[in-house]
Amino acid sequence: MARYLLKRLVYIVVSLFLIVTITFFLMQAAPGGPFASEKKLTPAIEAQMNEAYGLDEPLHVQYMNYVVNAFSFDFGPSFKYVGQDVTDIIARSFPYSLILGLEAIFIALSIGVLLGVVAAVKHNKFGDYTAMVIAVLGISVPSFIMATILQYIFAIKLGALPVGRFDTFWHSILPAVALATTPLAFIARLMRSSMLEVLNSDYIKTAKSKGMSQKVVTYKHGLRNAILPVVSYLGPLVVSILTGSFIIESIFGIPGLGSEFVQSVTNRDYTVIMGTTVFFSVLLLISILIVDLLYGLVDPRIKVTGKGGKS
Amino acid sequence: MAQTQLKDSDFEPLYVDENEAEKIAGESNSYWKDAWRRFKKNKLALSGVVVIILLGIMSFIGGPISGHNYFENDLLSANKQPSAEHWFGTDNLGRDIFARTWYGAKISLFIGLMAALIDLIVGIIWGSIAGFFGGKVDEYMMRVADILYGVPYLLVVILLMVILPQGLWTLIIAMTITGWINMARIVRGQVMQLKSEEYVLASQSLGASNVRLLFKHLVPNTMGPILVTLTLTIPTAIFTEAFLSFLGLGVPAPLASWGTMSSDALASFQYFPFQLFFPAFFICLTMLAFNVIGDGMRDALDPKER
Repeated sequence: MARYLLKRLVYIVVSLFLIVTITFFLMQAAPGGPFASEKKLTPAIEAQMNEAYGLDEPLHVQYMNYVVNAFSFDFGPSFKYVGQDVTDIIARSFPYSLILGLEAIFIALSIGVLLGVVAAVKHNKFGDYTAMVIAVLGISVPSFIMATILQYIFAIKLGALPVGRFDTFWHSILPAVALATTPLAFIARLMRSSMLEVLNSDYIKTAKSKGMSQKVVTYKHGLRNAILPVVSYLGPLVVSILTGSFIIESIFGIPGLGSEFVQSVTNRDYTVIMGTTVFFSVLLLISILIVDLLYGLVDPRIKVTGKGGKS
Repeated sequence: MAQTQLKDSDFEPLYVDENEAEKIAGESNSYWKDAWRRFKKNKLALSGVVVIILLGIMSFIGGPISGHNYFENDLLSANKQPSAEHWFGTDNLGRDIFARTWYGAKISLFIGLMAALIDLIVGIIWGSIAGFFGGKVDEYMMRVADILYGVPYLLVVILLMVILPQGLWTLIIAMTITGWINMARIVRGQVMQLKSEEYVLASQSLGASNVRLLFKHLVPNTMGPILVTLTLTIPTAIFTEAFLSFLGLGVPAPLASWGTMSSDALASFQYFPFQLFFPAFFICLTMLAFNVIGDGMRDALDPKER
């Protein structure tokens, strides 16, 4: 177990190192410098700016500095917003994204699992078809279209919920639902197929023939085993929630990390782009590691050893 | 009680024609024939195929039959509701949405198919080599894939789109640069499973080269899962394109894709909802069609479903 963990951590560090390197050189190769604007700077000012941000040093020195800084989580100041550090921007905007993301994960998991179970229990009946129509629609409707539809119906037509911003719980409902739609549909389908498989297995028949009620069999014996594929989907779930947040936060005008990232891309704010990319990557790699460990924990058939982990 | 009368003749052996016994009664069904038969039974998946074919045809004839093209703008008739002149209305620059929708169909389908094709080729080569040779080769090749897999897909695509000059091919390259990994993993798993089968050993002992073993015996037998993954890659690519276009990183103007059209329409969504409706509807329809085809294929090709 300890060996496995160590091995995984080494991989994470290597992956991160690679990501840091790739982002650095990609940003170097990008057209248009951070100080490029409609107004041409005088050479003297540009030289001074470059010096202030350490951009006048040779590339390998810049790279070394950058790697060292990245691993101590210091990405320097934003190029666009004077006086703001990248770390500050992340610290300021991440809580919004975290709340939104957790809410969306909660919605996706609870409703997705519920739909999947209903579909499996009512296999080939009305409940099954309804749940699967919802699931297929959820997969087919991209989140940004879903967001607009939700805004149109609930905010503009009904006036029931606010259109944008992020102040109270009510503000978070529409974006969270829009963000949750696609993963919800995936979970529902996963849950349905694994539940169907479990419900046809021998130990369920045994439990039934011992005279247990349908409820106990479904929820106590079936659900526990059927939920495993959903647990393994948690990693991709975090990824899809995270990347989905780029668009959803922009549409709803939420000052979260996702919209910050999109803005930094349009602004070519290099330090912010690199900082957020590294931050997102750390978040993803660690959550995938946690999911893998969790999977070994809930499914005793999976042995977490130094040799395994080739998911 | 009626009793069955047994005669001596009942205990005589029946005549068995040796030649008859070996005869196969039914027509022999190959794996693909069987799969096709099961696929045909799935009405939903079949209608998905019909939808895609129709979309494909319309993407070529849609523009000409409307009498407009996708870039011609007429500011006097901007933001017109759907009418006999403009079947789907016009956008904020007076461009005909009907013509643009079908032009967008061409772009979106092209991106989806191309991305899937490149994923397929790279994934098969990488995955089959890793799976076939195993050991150190596998270890290193899959390590590369694992590390690339750790890099978030959309982040890479966005970073690349920022850096490379905007264009259709840039988009496709950006999407495939990490997109092949999924395919490679599936092929690798399948090849590893299949390479210990007897027919591989037989072929090997007859002196077949590794390349022949791989591409004649192993890869064709992994086609089922590959095809399913492929049909599910296409909607992902179409979605990614729409997503990027929405962020302003998609195909550059005057090219039209469903993503850029929805993104443009969003600004005036409250006043002209039809401008968003058409591209959004077709994105959803295409994704839906590919998804049901993918599901149908999985059901048809999965040996467990037999």
